Amino acid sequence: MEQKHKIKSANEAAEKIIEWGVSQGLVTCFERAEKMKPCPIGESGACCKVCHMGPCRLVGANAEEEARGVCGANVSTIAARNFLRMVAAGTAAHSDHGRSMALTLLAVGEGKTDDYGIKDPEKLLRMAAILDIPVDGKEMKEVARLVALKLLEDFNRIDGQLNYAKRAPQKTRDRWKKWGIEARAVDREVVEAMHRTNMGVDHDPDHLLLHALKTSLADGWAGSMISTDISDVLFGTPKPVQAQASFGIFKEDEVNIVVHGHEPTLAESIVDVVSEPELIEYAKSKGAKGINLGGMCCTANEVLMRHGIPTSGSFTNQELGIMTGLVDAISVDVQCIMPAIVELSKKFHTKVISTSEKAMTQGAVHISFDEHHAKESARKIVRLAIDNYPNRTKKGKYVESDKAPVIAGFSHEYIEYMQGGKWRASFRPLNDAIMAGRIRGIVGLVGCDNPRLPASGYFKTLALELIKQDVLVVTTGCGAGVYGAAGYLTPETAREHAGLGLLEVCEAIGIPPILHMGSCVDNSRILTVASAMAAEGGLSDEIGGMPAVGIAPEWMSEKAIAIACYFAASGVPVIFGGGQSPVAASKEVTNIMTNVWYERFLGCLHFEKDPEKVLSLALEYIDMARAALKLKKYEPGRFGTERVLMDMAARRDIGKSAKPHIGL
Amino acid sequence: MSKIIATAAIRGANRLYREAGELLEKAIAEKGEGYRFEFVDTAFYLPMIYAMTGFPVKTLGDMRTALGFARELLHEEPAEQIWKPYLGEALDSGMATLFAEEIWLAARTVLGLEPAVDPETGYVYNGFITDTIQRNLGIQLVDGTMPGFAAIIGAAPDDDTAVKIVSELQEKNILTFLSGNVNGNSVTKQLLRKGVALGWDSRIVPLGPETQHTLYALDWAIRASLIFGGKKPGDYKAHLKYQKDRVFAFALVLGELNDIIWTTGAGAINMGFPAVADTDIPVVHPTGVCIYEEVDKEFDHSKIVQKAIEVRGLKIVVEKPPIPVSYGPAFEGERIRKEDMFIEFGGQRTAAFEWVRMREMDEVEDGKITIVGDNWKELYEKGGKMPLGLVIDVAGRKMQKDFESVIERKVHHSINEAQGLWHMGQRDLNWIRISNAAKGAGITLEHLGLIFSTMMRHTFRSIIDKVQVTIYTDEKEVTAMRDEARKAYTERDHRLGAMTDESVETFYSCLLCQSFAPSHVCIITAERLGLCGAYNWLDARAAFEIDPTGGNQPVPKGQLLDSRYGRYTGVDEYLKKSTGGAVESLNLYTIMENPMTSCGCFECIIAIVPEANGVMIVQRGHQGMTPAGMKFSTLAGSVGGGMQTPGFMGIGRNFITSKKFLAGDGGIKRIVWMTKNLKESLKEAFDARAAEEGVPGLLDMIADETAAEDSEKLLEYLSGTGHPALGMDPMI
Repeated sequence: MEQKHKIKSANEAAEKIIEWGVSQGLVTCFERAEKMKPCPIGESGACCKVCHMGPCRLVGANAEEEARGVCGANVSTIAARNFLRMVAAGTAAHSDHGRSMALTLLAVGEGKTDDYGIKDPEKLLRMAAILDIPVDGKEMKEVARLVALKLLEDFNRIDGQLNYAKRAPQKTRDRWKKWGIEARAVDREVVEAMHRTNMGVDHDPDHLLLHALKTSLADGWAGSMISTDISDVLFGTPKPVQAQASFGIFKEDEVNIVVHGHEPTLAESIVDVVSEPELIEYAKSKGAKGINLGGMCCTANEVLMRHGIPTSGSFTNQELGIMTGLVDAISVDVQCIMPAIVELSKKFHTKVISTSEKAMTQGAVHISFDEHHAKESARKIVRLAIDNYPNRTKKGKYVESDKAPVIAGFSHEYIEYMQGGKWRASFRPLNDAIMAGRIRGIVGLVGCDNPRLPASGYFKTLALELIKQDVLVVTTGCGAGVYGAAGYLTPETAREHAGLGLLEVCEAIGIPPILHMGSCVDNSRILTVASAMAAEGGLSDEIGGMPAVGIAPEWMSEKAIAIACYFAASGVPVIFGGGQSPVAASKEVTNIMTNVWYERFLGCLHFEKDPEKVLSLALEYIDMARAALKLKKYEPGRFGTERVLMDMAARRDIGKSAKPHIGL
Repeated sequence: MSKIIATAAIRGANRLYREAGELLEKAIAEKGEGYRFEFVDTAFYLPMIYAMTGFPVKTLGDMRTALGFARELLHEEPAEQIWKPYLGEALDSGMATLFAEEIWLAARTVLGLEPAVDPETGYVYNGFITDTIQRNLGIQLVDGTMPGFAAIIGAAPDDDTAVKIVSELQEKNILTFLSGNVNGNSVTKQLLRKGVALGWDSRIVPLGPETQHTLYALDWAIRASLIFGGKKPGDYKAHLKYQKDRVFAFALVLGELNDIIWTTGAGAINMGFPAVADTDIPVVHPTGVCIYEEVDKEFDHSKIVQKAIEVRGLKIVVEKPPIPVSYGPAFEGERIRKEDMFIEFGGQRTAAFEWVRMREMDEVEDGKITIVGDNWKELYEKGGKMPLGLVIDVAGRKMQKDFESVIERKVHHSINEAQGLWHMGQRDLNWIRISNAAKGAGITLEHLGLIFSTMMRHTFRSIIDKVQVTIYTDEKEVTAMRDEARKAYTERDHRLGAMTDESVETFYSCLLCQSFAPSHVCIITAERLGLCGAYNWLDARAAFEIDPTGGNQPVPKGQLLDSRYGRYTGVDEYLKKSTGGAVESLNLYTIMENPMTSCGCFECIIAIVPEANGVMIVQRGHQGMTPAGMKFSTLAGSVGGGMQTPGFMGIGRNFITSKKFLAGDGGIKRIVWMTKNLKESLKEAFDARAAEEGVPGLLDMIADETAAEDSEKLLEYLSGTGHPALGMDPMI
């Protein structure tokens, strides 16, 4: 491999480790990405391998018009089918996670585990209210049981609608109804997706793509939302915490354990047990000063949001973390675990511990995690890490100062609270700020980071540019990991980089201009926030039409596609950055996703490689929405509410709509 | 920058919580935990805590519990760097502060330290504001004569500036509360030094010398949503929304700020009340907690009042006649003592009268002021007393003869609102004084004319097109014109007497209160005036002519369904629509079934006394017990908020002597108890009505507080006087 001095990660601490790795002859995803070019046919969606008459590749000058697979499928059918399968896989991933959470809540409700309890009973009661479960006189555990059973319906209901669909604004739901995409249940939609994309079933691209939206709604408004809500109930609803991010969080004189993956159940138990005196004593007996827990990927976000556990960062950091040489054990569960870490760990002393019965990697130590005996599994993992501590060598690249402070913990509930406290909590100030032009709009900068680009680079430039132009940024998942490591998740970032209007809002509330809202399933928090903004009034009365855009600048996972689809179906335009569009081969499919969907749902998908175009497109959507809502035109530094002064007649007319006395 | 404010608010709350706890423990040590406490004349315990949490503090021990609510709202100050958000936390701290201040003031009251007294001057501050004052001011709150409230905290840079700021507020008709101090100096002291009259009449109410005394103003505000809004205790969201939407209060902070001011301000911001300071403070401009800015600054004292009014979103339209003295309702309550008087007219001392006369359009020259009489200037310059005949000729395409009396009643307010001018009485029993100060400022008789022509045309702008004033000063001419006026008065009374519910086609609604009591609708009939006592049928009709989309709407009577109880199809239809179905049917002449609802500013409450087979009537402001077992303030709590409560009803005083008063229940013969105050003030009209009913001595058969304050004594008294109610059909 040729050694060019090309930036591989825009995270400087990461870049140092990558360079060190190269000097040591260690191979990471960054080198593999250079070596393994994407297959151009598959990348653009033109490869069909759903049956074994092929794989068929529909290429050529007039492929869209002329090329056909063996069965006669054209590019549009193939691209749409491939796309729908991605959505199904992404939905399955989030929703299987959600199902585990529901089963854990059920176990708590049925008294089958003592290792978890109900940390936020108020949230449980709110959920019960949404689910129309009468609670009077019932014990919390019983409420938990009933809520869990009710939510479990969302996975295998045959007909009907998702429990949480009613949390969406009515007008948003009307659009779902009109276009036949009211999701029934996770399993039902995913199975149907797999069926329809099987050889010789559904061939109409628009019809296939509508099912992609329908399937994704089961992700956003069921699988993911259930996951978020139950995690909050079991482990606490996040509120702001101060913590640290990046590789400097590891400690040279303590046992370092990394929790990596997605589901918070095991990580929460590890958080619980690392402070147990016996384990700390045990660590000391091995020469360590203590036990240091850190997170990686979305598990990191879960424990950061709720406990301030430091994060070593996003997806592309997982190998680099091991290369610090300080990780005594990395426990993984599901999703976004590179198999490469097992091989890499063999070059260091690090133990990779797989814990999920669903996810095994050859060469890893497997300690099966059982939520009924969670703490026992957790202790085993911690002991294994401690036992491994004496095996540490000097090998590794570690710079202690490579870390940044982070403010995280912006749940829906806290965002509402922070705008008025206990007594006046609402979304009025946020809506007002948008109406007055202090905040131009809201962008969710979410999704994976990607070694094919200078990793985290697009994230960083887009965020800085957006906040400079008074766009409030919300982030989840690996985006949040990137911003944490970059030091952007601090209130000081507003003073350094935000436009004057956004700065006023940040200063009034005391927030960073980029709000860390959690893991990738927590994108569901953005859905409920958007619904609350619609209900608050003054902006759009549905999610669609809000001056809000989603951007996944460095996406790679099928989960990102599923998330984007449920946002599009709910009314949010989503722009993917980075590589090629996975449906680039079909103009028809591209048109359906952009123009046709926008007309129907006010949400859509774009794939745009050029980050500058991503930015201008996002701002265009925001300004278009502002104009449609007849809001003050955004002008940097010029904002404010035009005062409507009230005389007595106007004061009598407050709430007149309910009392139409005029004209009687 | 807001971080500075949040930090101070959070720190201040922690301090006030501690101090309230210390003082409370001292009070408990002295009086014991079970010691019962209530602020004077309120039915709402510690009003802020009661409205927010629903917890009624009745004893010192309860205060401990309530202080626990404050503790839950305390937070840590934000970090120097990499701070966590602080706005929600600061607002919670502000609420903790209000709770702590309320308990602190209650404990001070228990220890005999409230109302505060200034040690130097002996000035006694107002302290806690009673429910009675709140209800007394009810109509002014809703009709625009008192459009807003200012709380001034601190001291102006000098005495003259203090006077200027407060005068501007007075001229804008704003009620001003004073509290706090800057190194011992305060606006209260500044105004006292300048001889400015303080008190409810002049709309400047000093609450106490500390910032914490501002809580009394907030306690007054929060009772608006309890009394007029009908919001349930504990429904804090409803209360705070009402405060933000309908109570137009704001703070002016003069002089340096400290933690206590900031944290009290944070409490007020919870209620949607912004603050404007005259010093260089950090500001909070984003909106949403308040309607507009939360915290702002204005260094120019000549602009600070206007700024604050705008920040609160308040529009104040003040029509002021071109006269050389200040003008506005704040000056209405001012008295002119003999030694301050320059000249007087009428009042049995000279011949005088006032008469509004409808003329044809071509008979009136708009704006013309004529003063008739030889040497009138010299006579006026001499001072003392002189005869005065005021003839106000009005014309307009929509003017009606019946509106003469409505407009004529405005003469009283028009004169009184001028600083240094005073008026009482009416018609040929009027009495006017002009003070030395007003004379010194240049007031002449012509200005009287100017006041009328400006204010009449403004107030009645859509029915009056032209106003012409003639002022007679010559004794002979005055008496001659008075004879003509008397003819007109008699004719008017005759017409009015003939006006009955049966003889008119249309009743009127009164929705004026809906700015404060959105769920109440008054029905005003020819024989039943509004429960506030301020609007009768003619007033409502004139108001409708003036503003056809305003607060008074015609209600066609429709068909009479029940002549005994006074139920009309038109009234029912109107109410059903205008209350969104909350009130389906109304009986005008009974208290027992679907009676009239109330806003909260009723002059009197009627309540059934089942043991006596009759009703009792108590007026606002009466502080004693009643035979219903409740004081006025408690009774009032059961009739407000737009609810029909059979057996209880709010009414205007003058309804008592109407033929339609509880006509379906037996009329005035049902009155078994009535306060001495009512008995005395209504005597003449009441006796006449009683004679019509065939019970000429009825007034003396009715018990008052000197005879009975409980039902047992009442019954004794009634059997002693042989009250007719005892022999009537059972009410229930």
